[in-house]
Amino acid sequence: MDLSSINPVLLIASIMVSATPILLAAIGEAVVEKAGVLNLGVEGMMIVGAVVGFAVAVNTGSPGLGFVAAALASAILSLSFGFLTQYLLSNQVATGLGLTLVGLGLSALIGKPYEGMKSPTLPKLDIPVLSDLPVVGRMLFSHDPMVYLSLLLVVVVWTFLKYTRAGLVLRAVGESHDAAHALGYKVVRVRMIAIFFGGACAGLGGAYLSLVRVPQWTEGMTAGAGWIALAIVVFASWRPWRVLIGAYLFGGVTVLQLNLQAAEVAVPVALLSMSPYLITIIVLVIISARGAHGAPASLGRSFHASS
Amino acid sequence: MIRLEKRPQPSRFWTGATPILAVLLTMLVGGAMFAALGTDPLEAIKVIFWDPLFHEQFASYSRPQLLVKAGPLILIAIGLSIGFRAGIWNIGAEGQYIMGAICGAGAGLALYPSDSALLFPMMVVAGALGGWVWAMIPAVLKVKFGTNEILVSLMLVYVAENILASVSSGLLRNPEGMGFPGSRNLNQWDAASNLDLIPNTGMHWGVVAALIAVIFAYVLLSRHIQGFNVRLTGEAPRAARFAGVSPSRIILFCLGMSGVLAGMAGMFEVTGPAGKISIDFNSGYGFTAIIVAFLGRLHPVGILLAGLLMALTYIGGELAQLMLGLPGAAIQLFQGMLLFFLLATDVFTNYRVRIGKGELA
Repeated sequence: MDLSSINPVLLIASIMVSATPILLAAIGEAVVEKAGVLNLGVEGMMIVGAVVGFAVAVNTGSPGLGFVAAALASAILSLSFGFLTQYLLSNQVATGLGLTLVGLGLSALIGKPYEGMKSPTLPKLDIPVLSDLPVVGRMLFSHDPMVYLSLLLVVVVWTFLKYTRAGLVLRAVGESHDAAHALGYKVVRVRMIAIFFGGACAGLGGAYLSLVRVPQWTEGMTAGAGWIALAIVVFASWRPWRVLIGAYLFGGVTVLQLNLQAAEVAVPVALLSMSPYLITIIVLVIISARGAHGAPASLGRSFHASS
Repeated sequence: MIRLEKRPQPSRFWTGATPILAVLLTMLVGGAMFAALGTDPLEAIKVIFWDPLFHEQFASYSRPQLLVKAGPLILIAIGLSIGFRAGIWNIGAEGQYIMGAICGAGAGLALYPSDSALLFPMMVVAGALGGWVWAMIPAVLKVKFGTNEILVSLMLVYVAENILASVSSGLLRNPEGMGFPGSRNLNQWDAASNLDLIPNTGMHWGVVAALIAVIFAYVLLSRHIQGFNVRLTGEAPRAARFAGVSPSRIILFCLGMSGVLAGMAGMFEVTGPAGKISIDFNSGYGFTAIIVAFLGRLHPVGILLAGLLMALTYIGGELAQLMLGLPGAAIQLFQGMLLFFLLATDVFTNYRVRIGKGELA
C-alpha cells in the first residue's frame, strides 16, 4: 500500500474529467424534470451519444464533429420518448425504461465495427496566463473545452431558470401543468423542447465518455452513469448548482476508488468498484430522510387538456 | 385535426389487441432494419419466429430451449407485474436474480458433497431468500425514508454484479478448477442439479415454478383481498388509504414477492442451464422480464404468452446469428422496439381517436 503515489494535483484534475459526463447528463435531466417530465432513458441516450460520437469522430477525424453528432443523435432519440409520453400519453417510467433498452441495443448494433479502435483525442485548451499558475494552473485551467462547456452550461441553466421569462414558464409547466395550460402556455411544446435539450446534453455526456474519458468504444460502457445522473438530480433537489456539487462529488468517489485500487490498499477490489453505487444509495437515503425534496409537483404526470 | 378523447374505462378490445399490433409493428420496422443490414427481411422474420419451432434440422434442439428461456422470464415478470400493478417500480430484478443464484449455489456448495434429498429444496429456499433480502433493501428504504425504489434497486444491480465477480473468483471458486474463476459445475453433482424432468423438453424445476407462479398470481390478483389491495393502491392510492390499506405493507409485499421470484429464477438457472456461478452468469433476464411484464399487460396469463414469445425471439435471434449472420445486438434492439411500440399503441386502450374539428373546450 502506497498512498504517496497519489498525486493531489492530478487527482483533482482527473476528478473534473470523470465528473464531466455525469454533470452534462444530469444538468440536462434537471431541466427535463423541471418541466415535469421524468425521463428514465438517460442511460440509453448517453450510450447512443457515446457510440455516435465515437463513430463520427473516427470517420471524420474530428472529435468536435463527434460531439455535435452525438448531441443531435441523442436529442432525436429523446424525441421518440417525447412523442410517446407527450402525444400518445404513455407511462413515463415505462417509456423511459424502454428508451434505455432501445438505446443499449441500438448502440451495440452501431458500435460493433468500432470495437478496439482508438479515437482522435480532444486537444487540451490551456487558458492563457491562468494555466501557467503553479499547481492551480494544471489542476483547474488545463482541461479540454468540454469541461469548461459543462461548467458554462450549469451557469446558463441556472440563469435561464432563475432570471428569464421562458425559464419561469418552464417551471410553471413543471409545477402545475393545468394552471400553465389555463394561462395559455403550450405545455406539450415546452416539454418537448425540454426533452430535446435533455437528450442533447445526455448525448454530449456519452460522447465525452467514449472520446475523452476512456477513450474507446466498448459495449455497455456507460455502466450506469445515466442512472447515477438521475440520482444526482434527486440529490440536487432539482437545483443547478447542487447538480454541479453532486456530479463532482461522484466524480471524486470514482477517481478516488480507482486510485486506491491502483495503490493496492487493503480493501477488496469488488468493494471499491461498487463504492460509487453504494454511495449513490447512501446519499439518496440521506436526502430522502431529510424530507422536503423540492420535486416539481407535476413530475411524471401525463398532461391531457381534457382531464 | 386529430384529437384524443379519454375513455371512461380502458377498452377491453384494445387491451388484448395492442400486444398483437405491437408485435406486427415491430416485425414491420424490424424487417426494415434487417433490410438495412443487408438481410432479406421476410427470411429474417421467418428464421426468428418460425424456424425455432418448425425447422426440420434445428427445431429438435431449439424447441426445448423455448421453455428453458421462458421459465426465468415468466417467473421474474410475474413478480414484477404485481409491483407494477401497485405502482411500485422494481427495475433491479437482475440484481435479485444474481443474488438468488449466489445464495442458492452457495448454500449448496457449503455442504458439498452431500447427497441428501433435502439439499435441492434447501437451495431453492436459500435462493429465494437471497433475492428477497436484495429486494428488501429498496423496500425498507422506501418505507422508512421514502427513498426512490427505482434508483436504489437499479444501483443494487451493479453492486450485485461486483459481488458476483468477487465470489466467482474467490469464495465460491472451484477448489479443483486449477485457479480458473467459476464455481464447481452443479450439473455434475446429482443432488444439486436441476436437469430436465422429462428428457429433451427443457422442462426443469424452474419452468414448473413459473407455471405455479402464474396460477398463484392469477388467484392472488383476481380472487384474494391482498391482490385487490395491490390493484387498488395502483389505480387509486387515495382510495386505498381511506380503505385502510397500508402503503408500507403493499410496498414490502410487492418488492418482497418480486425478489423471491427473481431469486428463485436465478437459483434454478445456476443449478440448471448455466450450471455454475461465473462472472458472466447473468444475461439480462431481469431487464427483458420488464418487457415481458408489459407485453403480457401485467396479467398472469398474458405474461405466460409474452414470456414464450420473448423466449422465441431469443432463440430465433441466435438462429438468425448462425444462419444469416445478423448481429446479436439487432435482437436486443428488436426486443426494445417491441416495448416501445406496445407503449405507443396503448393510447388506443385509454383514449378514443377522433378525427375532425373539435369544439372549443
